[in-house]
Amino acid sequence: MDVDRLHRRRRRWKERLMTVLIYLSVLVALLPLFSILIYVAIKGIGALNWDFFVRLPGPVGDPHAGMANAIVGTLELLLVAAAVGLPIGILAGIYLAEFGGHGLFSNSVRFLADVLSGVPSIVIGIFAYALMVLPVKHFSGWSGGVALGIMMIPVVTRTTEELIRMVPRSLREAGLALGVPRWRVTVSIVLRTAAGGLTTGAMLALARVAGETAPLLFTAFGNRYWHRSLNEPVAALTLQIYQYAISAFEDWQRQAWGAAFVLIIMVLILNILARLGTRSKFSTQQE
Amino acid sequence: MSAQAGAVAAVEETCGSPGLPDGAAVDSTAITDPVMEVKSLNAWYGSFQSLHNICMRVARQRVTALIGPSGCGKSTFIRCLNRMHEMAPGARAAGQVLLEGEDIYDPQVDPVAVRRAVGMVFQKPNPFPAYSIFENVAAGLTLARVGRRFYRSQLAEVVERSLRQAALWDEVKDRLRQPATTLSGGQQQRLCIARALAVEPKVLLMDEPAAALDPISTLKIEELILSLKEQRTIVIVTHNMQQAARIADYTAFMLMGELIEFGPTAQVFTTPRDKRCEDYITGRFG
Amino acid sequence: MSSSATGIPGQGHHPPAGRTGSGGTGEQPGGPLAAGGLQFSSRPRRGLADALFKAVTGAFASLILVLVLLLVLELVRSSWPSLKAFGWRFLVTQTWDPVRQQFGALPFIFGTVVSSLLALILSVPVSLGIAIYLAEMAPHWLRGPVSFLVELLAAIPSVIYGLWGIFVLVPLVRQLEVFLGTYLGFIPLFSGPPYGIGMLAAGIILAIMITPTIAAVSRDVILAVPNSQREASLALGATRWETIRNVVLEYAQSGIIGAIILGLGRALGETMAVTMVIGNRPEISASLFSFATSLTSVIANEFNESGGALHISALVELGLVLFLVTIVLNSLARFLVWQVQQRNGGAARV
Repeated sequence: MDVDRLHRRRRRWKERLMTVLIYLSVLVALLPLFSILIYVAIKGIGALNWDFFVRLPGPVGDPHAGMANAIVGTLELLLVAAAVGLPIGILAGIYLAEFGGHGLFSNSVRFLADVLSGVPSIVIGIFAYALMVLPVKHFSGWSGGVALGIMMIPVVTRTTEELIRMVPRSLREAGLALGVPRWRVTVSIVLRTAAGGLTTGAMLALARVAGETAPLLFTAFGNRYWHRSLNEPVAALTLQIYQYAISAFEDWQRQAWGAAFVLIIMVLILNILARLGTRSKFSTQQE
Repeated sequence: MSAQAGAVAAVEETCGSPGLPDGAAVDSTAITDPVMEVKSLNAWYGSFQSLHNICMRVARQRVTALIGPSGCGKSTFIRCLNRMHEMAPGARAAGQVLLEGEDIYDPQVDPVAVRRAVGMVFQKPNPFPAYSIFENVAAGLTLARVGRRFYRSQLAEVVERSLRQAALWDEVKDRLRQPATTLSGGQQQRLCIARALAVEPKVLLMDEPAAALDPISTLKIEELILSLKEQRTIVIVTHNMQQAARIADYTAFMLMGELIEFGPTAQVFTTPRDKRCEDYITGRFG
Repeated sequence: MSSSATGIPGQGHHPPAGRTGSGGTGEQPGGPLAAGGLQFSSRPRRGLADALFKAVTGAFASLILVLVLLLVLELVRSSWPSLKAFGWRFLVTQTWDPVRQQFGALPFIFGTVVSSLLALILSVPVSLGIAIYLAEMAPHWLRGPVSFLVELLAAIPSVIYGLWGIFVLVPLVRQLEVFLGTYLGFIPLFSGPPYGIGMLAAGIILAIMITPTIAAVSRDVILAVPNSQREASLALGATRWETIRNVVLEYAQSGIIGAIILGLGRALGETMAVTMVIGNRPEISASLFSFATSLTSVIANEFNESGGALHISALVELGLVLFLVTIVLNSLARFLVWQVQQRNGGAARV
C-alpha cells in the first residue's frame, strides 16, 4: 500500500519535472533568438546614418563611410538569382505536377532536387566558381547571382509542385470543359489559382538566399567600390559583414552590425511579404 | 458526307433495331433530327467497363434527362459526350458519338474543339477562385484559341448576354469585378452556367447541377434550364426523378452501365416498358 | 437491355487499341475532316501547343538533373589531381602544407565531425523538448507564434550568427570555459587556456542553428502519430509524460532519428558562423577549448588565396567529401521521416 503511494508520487514528480524541462527547452531555444535580434537592433541602429546608405566603404575611422554599393549589390544579386531560380524552379515544378507522375525521370528529378537542397552552400560556391569564374578568369556578379539562383531551384520546384497539386481537380475540369487547351488551363487557371502560394514560396526562397555568404566568397567576391557592371566583382552586404566582423577595427565592426541590421530587415520584409501573399489569396479559395 | 453516311449506316445495324422486343425500350429512332447520336458507346475505367454499348439520340433543343441509381454510369456517359471522360487516369472510351453527323471520337478530331461545341456544368459549382465574376464568364473566350481576339466591348457584350441567359445579370451587374467566390452557392452555379454559355455551345451537358444546392437555388436552376432549351440542347444527369419529370422532354434510364429505357418523359414515367425501370421509378429500389 | 449484344465491335472486355488516350496530346495531326459543319479538326496542328508546353517544362525539369550531374562532374574533375596524388591517404593524414604540396584532410574532418556531434548533443534534447511542446502540450493559440519564432531562428543569416558569435557568444563561452577549467580541468576535454574562440563555441553556435530544423521535422513526425495510440496509453492509466515517452516517441522514433540526421547534415555544411568562431587552426586536440577548423572553414579561408593547382584541387576534394557525406545523410534522413509519415497516411514532406 505504502509502496504504491510512493510509486504514484514518483510518477507525479516525474511528470512535473518533464513538463518543466520541456518549457525550459523552449525558453533556451528562444533565448539566442531574442539575444541576436536585440543586439542587432541596438548595435545596428546605432551604427546607421544617412551616409551608410549613400556612401562607399571608407578607410578605418572615416565617419562618412557607408555600404551603398553593398546594398545595391545584394539587390542586384538577388535579382539575378530570381531570374535564374524562379523560371527553372517553377517550370520544373509544373512538369512534375502536371506530367510527372511517378516515373523514373520524375522521381530522379525529385530526388536530385532534394539532393541539391542539401548540398552545403559553399560547395555551390565552388561549383559556380568552376562554371563561371574559372573560364573567364575573373570574379563577377553574374556568377554570384547564378550561385544563389541554383540554391533557389530546389525550394521553388518543390513548392510549385505541391501548390499545383493542391489546386482542386474540379477547376481543371471546368477549364477543359470550356474548350481551353490543357497548357492554357495549367498556366491561366491552375497557376493563377496558386499564385498567392507561389509568391510566398518565391519570397521565402529569396529570403533564404539573401543571407547567404559562402556561395559568394569565390564568385561575387566583394568590392569596395561601385561595380560598373555585373561582369565585375560585386559587393554584397553579407560579404561586407563577414569582412568587417573578422577585422580588428572597432569602427568596421560597428559598421558590420549596421549592415547586419539592414540585412535582417531585408530578410524579415521578404518573410512578411511571403506570409501576406498566402493570407490574401490562397486561403480564401472555395471550400 | 457520303462516306460518313455509310459509316453511320454500318453502325446503325448494331443499334436499337425497332423490331426487337427488348430493343423497343431504348428505341430513339423516333427522333429524326438529332443533334447528337451515340452509337455503340463503351467506356472503361482501367479494366472495369462502366458503359456497355450505349445507343441513343439526343433531340435538338430539348432537355434529355439521364436517371438511374448511383454508379449506373450516367455521369460517365455524359462525360463521354464531350470527351471529358478520357481525362481521368486510366479512362478509355470506344464507339461513336456523332455531333451533327461528325464523329467526335474520330482520331482526326481535336477533343478541345469538341469541348467548345459541347459545354459542361458540374455537380459542385467550380468558378475559378482567382478570377472575378466578369473574368469567369469571359474565361472560355479569353483562354481558348478562338482564332480571333476579342475586344473589351465585345467581351463585355458576351458576358452580359451570358449572365442574362443564366438569370444572374441583375444580381451581379454592379459587382462584376469582385471575386467569383463572393457569390452564394446557387449564384456560383449559375455563374458556371453563364461561363459555359459564353462560348455558345451547341449542347450543354449538366452533371447533377443542383445536387449541391438548396431547394430555392435548385428551383432557379430548373427555371433556367427550361428557358435555355429554346436555343440549346441540354443533357442533364439527375438523381432527382421529380426534377427529371419537371424539366425533361426525354428521359433515359440507366442501370449498371447499360441504357435500359429511353423515351419521352411522360411515357417513361407513366408507362415504362422495362420492368427494372418501372421498379426504379416507383421507388422499389435504388 | 441494349439491343443484340453480340457481334458488336468493341463489346469485349478488353478495350480496343487506339481511340483512347488522354487529352489529345500526342495524337497525330491529320487533314481536315471532310464531313460535318463543325470542323473540329480545322486546326491541323492541334495538340502542338500542349506538346510544346510539356517539352519546355520537361526541359527545365531535366535542367535540374543536368545541374546536379554537372556539379558532381565538376567536383570530381577539379579534385582529380588531388585524388590521384593522395588517394585514400588524403582522408587519414594530418599534414596540410601548401608550401610542400602535402595535403591531408584529417584535421578538417575531425573538426567538422566533432563540432557537429557537439552541436547534436546540445541541440537534440532542446529540439525534442520544443517538438513535444508544440505537438503535445502547447495551447492551440500559442502553437503558431512559437513555431514562427523557432522558424525565425532558421531565417537569420549564418553570417549574422557569426557576428553575434564573435561579439556576444564567445565572451560568454570564455567565462564558461574558465568555470569548467577550474572545476573539471582534470578532464582533457576541458583543459587548456580558455580562449572563448574554438571548438566549443563552434559547437554551441551550430547547435543553435540546427535546432529549428530538428524541432520542426520532429514536430511534424510527432503530429503524424495517430491519436488512437495516445488514447490507448492514457486509458491504461499512464501519465502524459509516460504516454509521450513510451508511446509517442516510440512510434515516431525512426522519424525523429531522421530529423536528427537532417540537422547533422545541416551542421556539417554550415560555413560562415563556424569559420568565424572556430579559430581556424588545423589541429587535432582532445580539448574542446582549443582552436580547430572544419572542412567548410578551410575552403572559405584558403580557396581565394590558394598556393597552386594542387592546393585548389585538395580544397575541392574537401568539398567533394562534404557533398558525398551530406547526400548520404540527407537521403537516409528523408527515408526515415518518410517512413513514419507513410505509416500514418502521410503528412507534409520534409
